[in-house]
Amino acid sequence: MRLADDEKAMLDGAEGPAVAAAMDLLVRYGEALGAERLCNVRNVAGTMTQPTPAKTKLVREHGWHKAFAVINLDSDGDFEIPHMRVPTCQLQHGFGEDALGVTPYPAELVRIQQDAEAFYGPRGVNILATCTPYQVGNLPVRGEHCAWMESSAVVYANSVLGARTNCEGTASTGAASLTGKIPCWGNHLDENRYGTHLIEATVPVDSFRDWGMFGYFVGEVVQENRPVVTGALGQPDLTDLKHFGAATASSGGVELYHIPGVTPEAPTLEAAFGGTVPAEKIVYGERERRRVYEALNGQGESSDVDFVLLGCPHASLDQIATVARLLEGRRLNPGTELWIMAPRALRTMADRSGYTEIIERAGGRVLTDSCPAMSRVAPKGTRVFATDSAKQAHYLPAILGIEAWFGTLEECVDAAVTGVWRGEL
Amino acid sequence: MIELRGRGIVPGVVTGEALVSHETISGWGGIDPATGTIIERRHELCGVCFTGKVLVFPGAKGSSGWSGFFQSTRLLGTAPLAMVFTKVSTKSALGAVVTRVPAVTDFDQDPVEVIRTGDLVTVDGDRGIVIVHNR
Repeated sequence: MRLADDEKAMLDGAEGPAVAAAMDLLVRYGEALGAERLCNVRNVAGTMTQPTPAKTKLVREHGWHKAFAVINLDSDGDFEIPHMRVPTCQLQHGFGEDALGVTPYPAELVRIQQDAEAFYGPRGVNILATCTPYQVGNLPVRGEHCAWMESSAVVYANSVLGARTNCEGTASTGAASLTGKIPCWGNHLDENRYGTHLIEATVPVDSFRDWGMFGYFVGEVVQENRPVVTGALGQPDLTDLKHFGAATASSGGVELYHIPGVTPEAPTLEAAFGGTVPAEKIVYGERERRRVYEALNGQGESSDVDFVLLGCPHASLDQIATVARLLEGRRLNPGTELWIMAPRALRTMADRSGYTEIIERAGGRVLTDSCPAMSRVAPKGTRVFATDSAKQAHYLPAILGIEAWFGTLEECVDAAVTGVWRGEL
Repeated sequence: MIELRGRGIVPGVVTGEALVSHETISGWGGIDPATGTIIERRHELCGVCFTGKVLVFPGAKGSSGWSGFFQSTRLLGTAPLAMVFTKVSTKSALGAVVTRVPAVTDFDQDPVEVIRTGDLVTVDGDRGIVIVHNR
């Protein structure tokens, strides 16, 4: 990999030992990728604050400087962590204070995370605390090079916004935050942004649930490739594409897709492929749709629902408003809890708009910063949960060892009120 | 003896027993770093421990927590002995780098097709070579 003069200087220690360690990681990583050079980034979304077991141990024994060095720079060195060089935000992390007494998440971890925020905030890390930074003020523009992690945010940034980021990790975003550099590889390069697979929906995809199921199908079929999706697609909104992309990045590893006429790098089908449209077409029809539904619902036996989880990826204000409307004047089943996960900034607006009060009056909760998969907690005694998120239905059974049902928002709210899953395709 | 030629991405030479996954692997939500075990429910290796094994797999999928979870296996002492994979991505490349075990990819033939679970293999990350013994 060729380094520019400023990059060589960083590697040689001109900017201090932390920046040198960051550059060392970028060189090891860039060479592993086979990248030819680094590119400049001014928008980093990473994770520093969440108290994972390995990090908690490091912090207790050696403090936050060491924890950042080991986990966010993959360095064994002992040095002070300087201010971030470029704008950097914290993605979703563990539960915060608002979850104390509501979830079984340990108070000790909430306290450690507060310490982390006090350490990182003044060093230039914006504590957005959401998997959807694009909903709360971090909205990169088309063509902007970024270093983001969180697979659902990466696929949204590349596909819906036309920004350029690979699916980075904890150490590469940590190194990018101190250098403003990331390997210029993969999605950063024009030639890697054209579609590779053509997928046509022959059944209508025009609801939140169907966008999620279609995404789950697409990810499973193309794995890490770049699908171009066409056919009987309704006009999606932010929440539909948030769900669709997250699903493609759960069943597969999609980081970039195109919807001709909708997403910015695909004004036409030909443009999405950079010229030649492939002869082969993968069809998503009634049979495929049913197969996805059955896969997502193949992880449940008992129809007694203890827990309803909404807001994965983190809910939009409109989604919170819809939940409030569905719960207005109703009460949850006494044995069932309902949580909707949201960015704290949107929770503030939900409070102000009266939605939180309606949801809480019914017995539900609007929680922020995290989710049961990130924090590895559900309400005590949960055996069966229901969700409107294909991503959460994919991950949570493995993470928490519980059964899952997947369906529409209305079916999930019905399950919360009755305690019984009655969803169907 | 079979020799696979590829590109070394993390240096070092080790010999050990292969554990082959024909399916891509998730990091976050796919493995438990505390035990070095694959936990994805519908995965062919669900419940199988990779600690001390040469992990052979087609590539990484899922969350961007992939590299961080595999780094945790190093910090918690449950890491695989080496990584051998078919397809490079940011997740697998960074994951191998921060796990700091010998790793080879970009082969002349697909390691997942050639290597079988239980094979004794040498992974040479310095020269980008994987040798399958006794075959």
